[in-house]
This record gives sequence, structure tokens and C-alpha cells, in this order.
Amino acid sequence: MVTRPIYLDYQSTTPCDPRVLKTMLPYFTEEFGNPHSRSHAYGWRAEEAVETARAHVAKIIHADPREVIFTSGATESNNLALKGVAHFYKTKKDHIITCATEHKCVLDSCRHLEQEGFKITYLPVRSNGIIDLNHLRDALTDRTVLVSIMAVNNEIGVIQPLAEIGKICREHGVFFHTDAAQAIGKIPIDVEAMNIDLLSISGHKLYGPKGIGALYVRRKPRVRLTALITGGGQERGMRSGTLSTPLCVGFGEACSLAQAEMGQEHTRLCALRDRFYNIVRSELEEVYLNGDFEQRIPGNLNISFAHVEGEGLMMGVKDLAVSSGSACTSASLEPSYVLRALGVEEEMAHTSLRIGFGRFTTEAEVDAAAEKIIKEVKRLREMSPLWEMSRKGVDLKSIEWAAH
Amino acid sequence: MAYSEKVIDHYENPRNVGALDSTDEAVGTGLVGAPACGDVMKLQIKVNNQGVIEDAKFKTFGCGSAIASSSLVTEWIKGKTLDEANTIKNTEIAQHLSLPPVKLHCSMLAEDAIRAAIQDYKQKHRAA
Repeated sequence: MVTRPIYLDYQSTTPCDPRVLKTMLPYFTEEFGNPHSRSHAYGWRAEEAVETARAHVAKIIHADPREVIFTSGATESNNLALKGVAHFYKTKKDHIITCATEHKCVLDSCRHLEQEGFKITYLPVRSNGIIDLNHLRDALTDRTVLVSIMAVNNEIGVIQPLAEIGKICREHGVFFHTDAAQAIGKIPIDVEAMNIDLLSISGHKLYGPKGIGALYVRRKPRVRLTALITGGGQERGMRSGTLSTPLCVGFGEACSLAQAEMGQEHTRLCALRDRFYNIVRSELEEVYLNGDFEQRIPGNLNISFAHVEGEGLMMGVKDLAVSSGSACTSASLEPSYVLRALGVEEEMAHTSLRIGFGRFTTEAEVDAAAEKIIKEVKRLREMSPLWEMSRKGVDLKSIEWAAH
Repeated sequence: MAYSEKVIDHYENPRNVGALDSTDEAVGTGLVGAPACGDVMKLQIKVNNQGVIEDAKFKTFGCGSAIASSSLVTEWIKGKTLDEANTIKNTEIAQHLSLPPVKLHCSMLAEDAIRAAIQDYKQKHRAA
């Protein structure tokens, strides 16, 4: 049997927890009813299962189940929140505030809205990846309808000050949407305490199935949306289409498990994360953490290994499933826009790895991963002209590089 | 991305990694690329009295394809005259390593590195 790489990419996706899968299975076969069928027991049973799942999803964010709309995932939820709110209120307000480090689906929705004539403010972040609340206050106008700031960044794991942002938005009568795909199940989220009006969740980021997510839409004060998908009027008219009962059930179970285990899992992941980071730093010089260390989920490290190119490093640690912040594997040779927004220099942005720990990560895996990375960084540094120059005290910035 | 076997071989067992004394009259050094672009190659050649490259060393900051391209050219230029080395084309490097389109710049950089090292050597000798 071929051994699989050690999985350290929990921000990209998570495996479906076997306990989750078990709850889903009956709904593929004997409990196959359409949850929207009102005329017979097949439908009623499916509906009951969907509503139980909705209650689990609502509970993890301290919402009312009626405020939870099932979608295909966080990308759809983000599209619906941004475009739905913008379109519904467009005759009164036409300004949205978001942030430079948001997920592509938020930024791209904003680009589309810009083309339709909406005005978008992209807030910068400080060097730790967190927004400056004064920038937010300054950006608000009487035309602002929505502020969309992510809860936890997908590349660097930093947590934005949600309660503070929510308070500012509420004071100004502006809706607050947060993309919480990377936050749910990792940190406590309370839509009431944090004054969150819309919130996006993804099933597969918290050990649930892929292909399902949710959008929380506040009822009091009521947030209204123009639907993206119309039809039978399911999900309070905000998202038509027959719900997938097994996906809803799995998603609900995943939320329930995540909520029950969050406290101890947080402690366990902090220990694993610190173990990994301390081993690496004890063996390697010039290792830099991207993003704030304290305001960060425990399952993420984004590290620049100076003078070692990220894609080259990933090739060397092929026994590890990690990702490079540099996005160099795609046709684009641009380094990560998130790291650039933090003010990380392009050279350093090219040397980053995102290492994600999660529910099934073990101490032995962490030790093996640290050892492999240390060995490979040392090997590649011996091969790196930049490392050689920096060891000789050459200021790399003093050289006139020929950009190509 | 799936790398070709030859790229993997050069990446895992790079040939001629190291440095020559850049102040040596017989040594030409080429440094091409930019850290901000994610690739930097340093290629050095040692040329004997007959104008033949008798040694070559490289160091590269970059992806596996960049490392493989520079490793490969050190093998190719050893034993060649400067004029012969100057005729090596990026297309030959790319073809030999089966580089995909997004990695063609690695082979171009390796060609640039050879040219830059030869030019540096020639400049030293013009001045002398």
C-alpha cells in the first residue's frame, strides 16, 4: 500500500468525520423523501431531519433556526449576502466596505457589484493582518449598506475583532456580514453578542460534507435580500431548490460535534501548533510568522522560510500535504495577495508555507512534518544564492535585480 | 503539479551545486532573476587557457523546475567552449526536462544565466 502524505492543509478542507457520515447515510437510501413534500410521511421525516440540522447550525452561532438558510457552501453564502443585500437596498444605499485580505469569492462579488455601479471600499490591514477600526469608522458614509469583514483569514488564520466591528456597524445602522467559513467550530461565535447580521458557513471546513453551507440572515432587525436563485421559494424565498437532506443532516451533525468538542480541541491544537513551531524555530534561523500570533486560530501557521522558495520547498516535502502561500502552482506567478496586503515583501511572500492542523492531526505527524521541513529548508538554503549572499552580509536590496 | 522524472531527478540530486571564487580571473559569474519574482539563479564557470569550460557551479532560489534547469545546464556546459555554450537554447532545456508552459521561464532564466556568466568572464579578460 502506498502511504499517503501527512495531511496538513486543514484550511483548504477537512475530512468528513466518520460520525458525521454515519448520520447521513440513511438519508441517501430509506429516508429519501423530499423535505419540501407536505403530503406524506416520507417528506415529513426528511423535513424533521433538516430542521434538526438547522437547529444545530443555528446553535453554534447562537441564532434562531429560522435565521439559517442552507446554501451550497460559503462561496454561495458570500455571493448571496453581498449581492443579495446590495441589490435589495440599491435605491437607498450603494456603498459596501470590505477588506483587502478577504477570500476571493467576497472580493470577486465586490468586483461584480462595482461593475454594476456600487462603490466598494477595500480596507487595508495592519502588518499583523488585522484591520484598523479607525479605518472602518472613517470609511462609513450615509450611503454604506453593508460591511463585510471575514472572521478568520484562510491563509494566515488571524481573527478579526468581530464584536468591535459589529458594535460600530450597529451604531451606524449598517449591516455587518462576516465570512466565518474558517471560524465556525474553531472559535466561539455569537451573532447576538457580536451584532452580526449575516454570516457565511461552510460544511466541509468543519468536518462536514462538501457541497453544503449556510447563510445566517438576521430577523430582528430584519435583513432583506434579493435571491440569487429563484424558483419554489424554499429557504424563506432566499434560496430556492430542493434541499439535500443527507448534506443538511451531516452539516448539522458536524456543527453539533464541533460545538461540543471546541474547548478541548482548541487546547489540543494549540499544543500541537506550539510544538511544531518551537521545533522548527529551534533548528532554523530566519523563520518568520505571517499574521498575528495571538489573534489567530490554533490550527494555522503561515511561515516564511527566508531565501527558500515556497514551491521548491513543497516539492521537497512531498510527503506532506501543505500549501504555499505563493500560489505559484497556478499559471499566476504572483505571490499571495493576502501576504502582500500585510506588507510582506514579495521576496518573503514567495517563501511562505501554510501549515494547517486539525482534528485528525497527531503529535507523531507534527514531529515528522517538522523534521522533514527542517531538513529540506537546510538543503535548499545550501543551494540558495540568496542564503549565501545574506550569510556574507550582502544587502539583497542593494542589488539591481533584473525583473523578468 | 506533476513534475517530469528528469526534473525530480535534478531536484533531488542536483549536479554541481556550489560556488567558485568570483574574484578568480578564470571564473565568470552570472546572477539572473529577481527574489521578488521567485527565481534567482547564480551560475559560475571556470574557463581554462583553451577557452574551454572546465568547471561549472550553480545555486538557485526557485521552484523545482528552476533548480532542475540550472542543474542541467551545468552538466551541459562543462567541457564546452564558450562559443559552444553560448548556443544552448532555452527550448532545448525545456524539451529535455519536459517543462510545462507555466515553467518555460525557468529554462529562459537558465539560458540567461549561461550568457551572463560568459559575459562576465569576457568582460574580465577585456579589461585585463
